[in-house]
Amino acid sequence: MNHRQFANWTYYVPYGLWIGLFVIAPVGLIIYQSFLNLNNHFTLQNYVTYFKSGTYLMMTVNSLWWAFLITVFTLLISYPAAYFIHQLKHRQLWILLTILPTWINLLLKAYAFIGIFSQSGIANQFLGLFGIAPQQILFTNFSFVFVATYIQIPFMILPIYNAIDDLDLSYINASRDLGATNWQTFTKVIWPLTMPGVKSGVQSVFIPSLSLFMLTRLIGGNKVITLGTAIEEHFLTTMNWGMGSTIGVVLIVAMVIIMVLTGERKTEGRLSR
Amino acid sequence: MTKKRFKWSYLYLIVVFAILYAPILFLIVYSFNSGSTMDSFQGLTLAHYKTLFADDRLIAIVLDTIIIALLSAVIATIAGTFGALWIHQTSRPVFKNTLLSLNNILMVSPDVIIGASFLIFFTTLKVPLGFFSVLLSHAAFSIPIVVLMVLPRLKELNTSMLDAAADLGATQRQILSDVVIPFITPGIFSGFFMALTYSLDDFAVTFFVTGNGFTTLSVEIYSRARQGINLEINALSGLIFLITLILIVGYYFMQQASQKRLAKRRRARSEVTGL
Repeated sequence: MNHRQFANWTYYVPYGLWIGLFVIAPVGLIIYQSFLNLNNHFTLQNYVTYFKSGTYLMMTVNSLWWAFLITVFTLLISYPAAYFIHQLKHRQLWILLTILPTWINLLLKAYAFIGIFSQSGIANQFLGLFGIAPQQILFTNFSFVFVATYIQIPFMILPIYNAIDDLDLSYINASRDLGATNWQTFTKVIWPLTMPGVKSGVQSVFIPSLSLFMLTRLIGGNKVITLGTAIEEHFLTTMNWGMGSTIGVVLIVAMVIIMVLTGERKTEGRLSR
Repeated sequence: MTKKRFKWSYLYLIVVFAILYAPILFLIVYSFNSGSTMDSFQGLTLAHYKTLFADDRLIAIVLDTIIIALLSAVIATIAGTFGALWIHQTSRPVFKNTLLSLNNILMVSPDVIIGASFLIFFTTLKVPLGFFSVLLSHAAFSIPIVVLMVLPRLKELNTSMLDAAADLGATQRQILSDVVIPFITPGIFSGFFMALTYSLDDFAVTFFVTGNGFTTLSVEIYSRARQGINLEINALSGLIFLITLILIVGYYFMQQASQKRLAKRRRARSEVTGL
């Protein structure tokens, strides 16, 4: 056994340091900070404020609701897309083309939508063709959900595509041979067997959707407040790190719950943040 | 019947891909607009590219961003590769799973949590915010992806090769540098590449730990976009799209080539054993 140990422990020092300093310490620090008030005294006040004042609870519920909506829309668009891409001839190339937009910086995409959705922008010009007067599209809840969905689609298509790719075709043939209709084959065979892909897609869309603060600022016009927006606000604007950390702990708890609900995460589904 | 359904699926995909690419193309098309808004196209011009190249501040930021990306990717690749070796070599399953879970924490955490907790961390240790804190953060959040890219290659590593090397009298260091590392090099390269894109793509974490003096491209775009439309940003996205395209095509061919080489080697090996 011993001769297979081709590296001794000194090689592991950087990685060990990383785990200690950048994984364990930050999580510990954010939990510790959540018990500190503005004067750095130990207190439970942040949590009391969080649970007693309706605004924080409402904000959390809203944030979960927006993330849920974004996830549902993304799933509705991505599942058929992944399924159809899988039927194409050059599917490797098409899946590469699906990933390509995720390589363009998220902020540039958000910036594009500032132009598209503006008062005299291309979206309103399009509506004008049907005789609809210019609408306020930018800085609405709709624009936030639309742009967030747009950004998340590739992250949903990819894991679902992988799950479909793993699907054994003989199951589908067996189901057809046994007289199932297309719909039955889909609901009884394809959907359950691609569930792992859907789950990991939901994970990689829902969790980031809770924290998209740059979109709420640039596209949502501060009307949508997500957990991420609240954390950013407390850390960088009002400098109340204790309260910000408390919301951070809430976000971590939400994340853990979602991960438990959607089962084991397959990390290879996520290619880019 | 099936033929008809096929056509609908094509239509669906065309719409999805059109939506995916429209905003990006829209940005690029308007980077050539002689007007000053993204509302109406008034005529072709390269003026915005000229202002872009004359903008010393922006070019300095681009260079900083690239330096951060390269350095952090190198650090992450070295630490991550040895981390993967560690996880691979651990014989106790409990310890192995603990290491893997710890490794994946930063993969699943939302960006704001990473950013906020690193900010607390740096302030507690009195690390000044700026180039150094951004570099450390980028290396830190890139390490787990390197580990995940290298691990599968390590699993494919044939233990009899290691036994053979040991039997032939290779030292630990020789086994590592002459057998293991060459074998996992494709994984190391993909890890490096992913680390690079993570770093270039990051906004939220950088935004938290950057302080006042230092900016990366994403943070700069954010602050400019908050001020409204500026076609210089369009020109910038045109350039970025072009570079991304070149990188992705390069990466695609590199992968194809390494896969081909691997297939060839496998074929050669099976022929040898066939004899």
